[in-house]
Amino acid sequence: MTEQPHTHEPVRLLKPEHPVGIVGYGAYVPRYRLPAREVARVWTDGTAGLPIIEKSVPGLDEDVATMSIEAARNAMARAQISPQELRAVWVGSESHPYAVKPTSTLVAEAIGAVPSTQAADWEFACKAGTEAMVAAMGFVGSGMARYALAIGMDTAQGRPGDALEYTAGAGGAAFVIGPAEESLAEIESSYSFVTDTPDFWRRQYAKYPEHGQRFTGEPAYFKHITSAGQAMLEATGTTPEDYAYVVFHQPNTKFPQRAGAMLGFKPEQIETGLLVPRIGNTYSGAAIIGLTAIFDIAKPGERILLVSFGSGAGSDAMVLRVTDKIAGKPGLAATTEDYIARRTEIDYAAYVRMRGKLEMK
Amino acid sequence: MDIPRHWRLKKQRYALVGEVCEHCDAKLFPPRDICPECGEEAKTLFQFSGKGEVYSYTTVYDAPEGYAEQAPYTLAMVKLAEGPLVTAQLTDLGEQQPAIGMPVEMVTRLLRSATDERGMLIYGYKFRPAVAQAG
Repeated sequence: MTEQPHTHEPVRLLKPEHPVGIVGYGAYVPRYRLPAREVARVWTDGTAGLPIIEKSVPGLDEDVATMSIEAARNAMARAQISPQELRAVWVGSESHPYAVKPTSTLVAEAIGAVPSTQAADWEFACKAGTEAMVAAMGFVGSGMARYALAIGMDTAQGRPGDALEYTAGAGGAAFVIGPAEESLAEIESSYSFVTDTPDFWRRQYAKYPEHGQRFTGEPAYFKHITSAGQAMLEATGTTPEDYAYVVFHQPNTKFPQRAGAMLGFKPEQIETGLLVPRIGNTYSGAAIIGLTAIFDIAKPGERILLVSFGSGAGSDAMVLRVTDKIAGKPGLAATTEDYIARRTEIDYAAYVRMRGKLEMK
Repeated sequence: MDIPRHWRLKKQRYALVGEVCEHCDAKLFPPRDICPECGEEAKTLFQFSGKGEVYSYTTVYDAPEGYAEQAPYTLAMVKLAEGPLVTAQLTDLGEQQPAIGMPVEMVTRLLRSATDERGMLIYGYKFRPAVAQAG
């Protein structure tokens, strides 16, 4: 395999004209959990190694629209602004309920943000949510809008018996992006690293995605995460010691742990945002729901590095600094841990039914 | 398919938007423009909090067409914190048994998919046991 060409030009960070940050955040995780050992029991006689403990499974009446509405309501409860002040409602996902008809208008209608708003759906495998956040940074940072809502949410599907079935979970997060002076965390800068890499895809009309087996590791996940993370550290003149927390896209437990070690982070910096062992890979929601768990306990002045990853492939890196406006915010809505603690275990049979794998007609 | 009917009801269905009577302050759901308490005109929109408690409930095993995929499910009369009684499905019960007096909160969920996979999806309010907040 050939090495991808490196650019030796200095990295140019994305920084808005006016400083921006996160004014409100909200998470959502469905109630049901499928232990990875259940998948192994059905497909490998229990012999497979388990990439996580269990994954979240949406109820029969849940999809990316309903889950986005709940995360958005939590974010609005913490932002304490009128929904009429939002000038964008953007939902990033690879499991939008409709092929054609926006999820975002439904979310905007449900939270009372219509009609004077931008609304659109974003897609970039697992980094559609952070892409919407970067767009919101520009939208607010240019002065065009005071507030924009960016959401990353997924109800991921894996083919029965496939490696992805152990981890493909459901959940995500919503963020109200606004002026830095009102923010619980300022987004100091962002940087994205993108190449055309065929590690994972789903063709139109295909129910389950395909993946490039081992190709999903080195040339895809690790290459993009570490390139974006390293470029961000160099361009900001920071080192891992400057960060209280780091959160990565998390398709399984090992990948983000190894990416963290490659960049020089310690396990305790990764631990808080590493939710994949308990809720699975929430795709567009994975890195950013980790960020919500960090906000739930973060202290003013702490720095956070977030690096997402989306197959196809690319990573968005963001440096955030928590402000004193974080005080009292976590308690204004259910925390991420509240949702993780709300847990009902199901077996493979119930999972098959709940994920629509039973033919009813 | 009743596209216009679903479209007209979206505000009350998605977000529990009802009305408040300017004359006697009664909160109305569903919105009906005339206050049932005092008989005066009531057209001011009112956003309900979504909080309430189970007033009564029943479990449906033999579901009507369009709902069979979700059976068995529990239907409840929910007494909203602001007063009105609303009939809706309970969801996310998990292993919890429904009970009269159970505190519940509104969530927006998929009510049903239209009869085939080409049809529109219909969303609306349901209620679930309030999420326990540790903080």
